[in-house]
Amino acid sequence: MSEKLGNVWIFIEQEGGKIADVSLELVCKGHDLAKRLNVKTEALLLGDNLSGCVDTLYSYGCDTVYLVEDPRLEPFTVLPYAKVIMDLIREHRPNILLFGATMKGRELAPRIASEKLAGLTADCTDLQIDNFEDKANNKSYTDKLMQIRPAFGGNIIATIVNTWDDPQMVTVREGVMKMDAPDPKRKGKLVKVQPKLSDADTVIKVLERVRADKEVDLKGAQIIVSGGYGVGSKENFKLIRDLAEALGGEVAASRAAVDAGWIDHDYQVGQTGVTVRPRLYIACGISGSVQHAAGMKESKKIIAINTDPAAPIFSLAHYAIVGDLNTVIPQMIKAFKAKA
Amino acid sequence: MSYTVLVFVKQVPDTQNISGDAMTPQGTVNRAALPAIFNPEDLNALELALQLKDRYGARVVVGTMGPPSAAEVLRNALYRGADEGVLLTDRAFAGADTLATSYALSCCAKKLGKFDLILCGRQAIDGDTAQVGPQLAEKLKIPQICYVEEVKELGDGKVVARRAIEGGYEVLSAPLPCLLTVVEGNEPRPMAGKRIMKYKRAKTPGEVAKSHADANYTDEEPMAAELAKLREQGLLIAEWTAQDVDADPARIGLKGSPTKVKNIQSVVLTAGEAKSVPATDEGIALLIHELITDHTLG
Repeated sequence: MSEKLGNVWIFIEQEGGKIADVSLELVCKGHDLAKRLNVKTEALLLGDNLSGCVDTLYSYGCDTVYLVEDPRLEPFTVLPYAKVIMDLIREHRPNILLFGATMKGRELAPRIASEKLAGLTADCTDLQIDNFEDKANNKSYTDKLMQIRPAFGGNIIATIVNTWDDPQMVTVREGVMKMDAPDPKRKGKLVKVQPKLSDADTVIKVLERVRADKEVDLKGAQIIVSGGYGVGSKENFKLIRDLAEALGGEVAASRAAVDAGWIDHDYQVGQTGVTVRPRLYIACGISGSVQHAAGMKESKKIIAINTDPAAPIFSLAHYAIVGDLNTVIPQMIKAFKAKA
Repeated sequence: MSYTVLVFVKQVPDTQNISGDAMTPQGTVNRAALPAIFNPEDLNALELALQLKDRYGARVVVGTMGPPSAAEVLRNALYRGADEGVLLTDRAFAGADTLATSYALSCCAKKLGKFDLILCGRQAIDGDTAQVGPQLAEKLKIPQICYVEEVKELGDGKVVARRAIEGGYEVLSAPLPCLLTVVEGNEPRPMAGKRIMKYKRAKTPGEVAKSHADANYTDEEPMAAELAKLREQGLLIAEWTAQDVDADPARIGLKGSPTKVKNIQSVVLTAGEAKSVPATDEGIALLIHELITDHTLG
């Protein structure tokens, strides 16, 4: 293979000119991958009036920013975004293309992968560079992207490789890649791109759009008190809130509690919710399914409170309290207030 | 005019309720021990289609790709109100990733003829990728609206739908034909007793053939007669192979899948060294003290 390896690209997601955290996490990860492959880290920034974002992307490690500004790219709709990115892929042939596994990323990436006939792996939790022996087809590949993701409801972890056209495309879960500190001195190259859009690309019209920035920021929380089905009722979630408030932490929940309607989905930790890595995670009345574990097992310290001594959560926990959360939580609040 | 709505569904192992029995001693998943169920969000997609049928008079055709036993989800859809079912089944489809799957489904949709809407669940619980919907839309070169909660209006050659976005919602309009992926947002109607009585006899040609083989018939006539009778009664579930839907053999199954699985590791929750804390005032106080001392708290 004499052809030069393509660069590592990151699709930058933004809302009103604010870059999504997951995109910056991916710039940092992409930068590591690019260094390993000896290629460049390049960002795709689409929308309108975004010049303020460019320096931020350099500071996190982008060598190049492809800036595509057009009123038709705001707010996000899938068809014009797919068209612009396909055109750029055809022109520059990147080796790797990373998307956040957000609602936008998961809608956009498959549309592009389908047209490019490229493989796409969803919801990766880790990415590595390695060689791949495809024994079934007797082919070997060097320096491919190992796309690591949970599957089968989180019960298995699969490593997947794309063996067709580049780019090797993945979506990556929010919060799993580490964000490095930005270096404001770092500079890069700005490439302004004129989008080639036709009427066919803008047939989807946004008639109404209602959104608010998330009030809950679990990803950044250092202390999380999380309630599960064992909490028993919506009213009883007050206990979880009380403990969180006493410790200066945030409230979270397992899927079972969210499904029961006791708390909003924004608070859900796990496979289909948020991934968190706080200093302290207190699991109250959570049995600890693999799906839930996927979202919290990186926590530095885990306290589990459960009446069932056989609950799987105890195998993850650093501190196991076999007992009724209705008495244990008030005990904790009392003990903390006495010490603090 | 009446609309034609295709609903693509999947039969999946019930990964959300994995019990101890479904795990092997080595910590891998024993798929055979898991019940096969109608993928939950596909039921929401079917319900949305049936609501459109109630409101606008749509013909609802349900399709699935899978092994012969996947005919079960088609019967389930007929019990709930679908008009027709089609099973896409062929060993050549086996091992498909999302790209190969979306290609096969696109061939099926083309074979079914003119349609106005395609509905499918946002994602299936065995893979959770949410990729097949958008990939199918692209293969058919039609617009897509993902994460649909509700169809507000169907008319004037377009669909208006409310869909979830991060931190809120959008109301989008798109011209027909269009593909919608549907999230949990409605209550799937139960199976109707009368329809169960009628459609429990619905079969695919493969199932008819199998029942005759089991009965050890030696000539073809009884089988041909049964097929003709089922067809006449509207109880024959269509069954198509790759060739039937003119699928390019290079683009289906394992061969048509760009992604390869390098290895699989089962998640075994390791028995940690959890420190047992007694649920007493003293036990809790000591724990809190330890956490304050090591700066985890405070």
